[in-house]
Amino acid sequence: MTIKVLTANRLTDGEVVWYGADGQWRETIEGVSIARDQEAAAELEAAGKAAMGANLVVDANLIDVEDRGGELYPLRLRERIRISGPTIDFEPRRKPAASAA
Amino acid sequence: MYRYDEFDHAFVAARVEQFKDQVERRLSGELTEDQFKPLRLMNGVYLQLHAYMLRVAVPYGTLSGRQMRKLGHIARTYDRGYGHFTTRQNIQYNWPALADIPKILDELAEVEMHAMQTSGNCIRNVTADHFSGVAADEVADPRPFAEILRQWSSLHPEFSYLPRKFKIAVTGAEHDRAAIQTHDIGLHLKKNEAGELGFAVYVGGGQGRTPMVAKKIRDFLPAEDLLSYTTAIVRVYNLHGRRDNKYKARIKILVHETGVEELTRQIEAEWQALKESDLKLPQGDIDAIMTYFRPPVLPERPEGWGALAAAKKADAGFAAWVDQNVTPHKNPDYGVVTISLKPIGGIPGDASAEQMELVADIAEKYSQDEIRVSHEQNLVLPHVALADLHAVYELLLADGLATANAGLITDIIACPGLDYCALANARSIPVAQRISERFGAAERQAEIGELKIKISGCINACGHHHVGHIGILGVEKKGEELYQITLGGSADEITTVGEITGRGFSSEEVVDAIEKIVDTYLGLRTSKEENFLAAYRRVGAAPFKEALYGPVSRAA
Ligand code: HEM
Ligand code: SF4
Repeated sequence: MTIKVLTANRLTDGEVVWYGADGQWRETIEGVSIARDQEAAAELEAAGKAAMGANLVVDANLIDVEDRGGELYPLRLRERIRISGPTIDFEPRRKPAASAA
Repeated sequence: MYRYDEFDHAFVAARVEQFKDQVERRLSGELTEDQFKPLRLMNGVYLQLHAYMLRVAVPYGTLSGRQMRKLGHIARTYDRGYGHFTTRQNIQYNWPALADIPKILDELAEVEMHAMQTSGNCIRNVTADHFSGVAADEVADPRPFAEILRQWSSLHPEFSYLPRKFKIAVTGAEHDRAAIQTHDIGLHLKKNEAGELGFAVYVGGGQGRTPMVAKKIRDFLPAEDLLSYTTAIVRVYNLHGRRDNKYKARIKILVHETGVEELTRQIEAEWQALKESDLKLPQGDIDAIMTYFRPPVLPERPEGWGALAAAKKADAGFAAWVDQNVTPHKNPDYGVVTISLKPIGGIPGDASAEQMELVADIAEKYSQDEIRVSHEQNLVLPHVALADLHAVYELLLADGLATANAGLITDIIACPGLDYCALANARSIPVAQRISERFGAAERQAEIGELKIKISGCINACGHHHVGHIGILGVEKKGEELYQITLGGSADEITTVGEITGRGFSSEEVVDAIEKIVDTYLGLRTSKEENFLAAYRRVGAAPFKEALYGPVSRAA
């Protein structure tokens, strides 16, 4: 099976978080807890439910990832964008840009 | 402009207090997400991919300088220095912390703003023609009636749990800039032969997965009957709308399934019982609201005519901007300025805190302290003296706000798409940016003329793709982004839903496909006066399909 990891948004500020191998929620995918079989996936799912129940996170989901030479690569673009943030240069220009018209 | 009365102040303040308490209880764990979600949605708070999102209403798109400055302040203090103006004349903040939202609502209340009814299954923020009260072609300012509807619909006990969201738009001009036929109720304010005000009433328009053009159910509803008739419509919908299926719950489906005649009969019957009730608007009440929207007293500025001509001669960039972004005002010494939030290669509808503050300053100094938000994701300065246009242009230019592209191919509407939105299938903004860059040269845009491209990242159609002259819809196929193209949509007085061209295009292919469509149009138009939509309506889809997919019959 594809391997799975657990991700959610933190309750207080909505920040994207992943469930770490140490049982803590972390802001990067490095060091996440990886499920390689059904049983481990069920455990992660339970951890997600528990964390939602404890009001630490919202919208906890297991996502499919691939191990690409040690780097975890989510299969869906949606999840890759949750890792990278918006794919556009979204923060406002500090310096005024010339009008392009 | 409308000013809150004591009642407005009290109910907004009470609501902020209530939500503050709800957020505290959520953060302490007293409320679960399932309990909290409907409460946060009633206050404009969503959860997107990376953070919460707060949607703030700009009723009928009208803002003062002070309000705009506050929006900038909020962007800087609680967000990442910018906000996104949307097709529903709202502003969305993409990064607020939940714990900060009550403070933001407090700050908004200080300037008579709020986020209520910007989401959830209620009557949403009422939208209006962004040129209301100033456009030379307008019969009457529709905003007093939008305000009357706002007061009536705010916290309306009977209509707070409708089968689905409910959107109302108003226009006061024959040429519809408010897309009223794509709304649940569209109201066209006009005068009858006796010179009395009333409305043509349209019902059952909508976009989303089942786009429908609204049907006209009354040609002239006297103004005094606005609330009784609207109540009758919403009541019939509330009773019979499909609560069993979220995808069939909008009034457009009820209109479709019941039939216009039968539904009109039900509405009229309901109305008979309400017509003489206390929902009937006394002329005195209408007049009282109208005084808030009385046009400002504009000093005569005839020197502007000569000054404008001279400045245009001296500055080609200015001349191009005036020709494209300034439209006629009722008062010939004045113009209506569209501030494009579509810099070439930029993010449609985004504005930085500094830009918001600049626009606030300019409005106070040069536009009678008024700003409008348009459903095309631009801002408008409604009352600029021709004599002041050059000064305003220079100020805008210095902050990247003088792009001369209103109504042109780079004036693209795009929803947040997969860069932000949890419901998205594909990205919208980067596609808009690449199209904008491809066609960004001033001469090329001018050559192409009026062309509205609208992009949505999923079938919910927040980016209005169904009614774009060229519409682009992002879908997900085998884990990849794929873009379907529709042609011939329009959201003005002749509203049409665009037709799908055929198979979709990958992210790499889609801009080339748009270029093929544009080149095909340029090749077949009868003259420059025949714009894209007119040409499409004349020739139909065939030449465009052939350009995109090759000759059709060959394969058979
Ligand atoms: C978090 C972001 C958003 C979410 C979750 C969202 C959700 C939705 C959904 C579910 C629908 C379909 C409703 C239906 O068919 O019944 C919809 C429609 C719509 N939304 Fe959004 N939306 C978002 C952002 C926006 C933005 C940024 C705009 C303005 C640019 C917008 C404007 C609209 C419009 C105009 C419609 C079409 C109305 C109709 O169906 O008649 N939305 N939205
Ligand atoms: S159209 Fe879809 S992707 Fe775009 S904002 Fe609406 S819900 Fe999100």
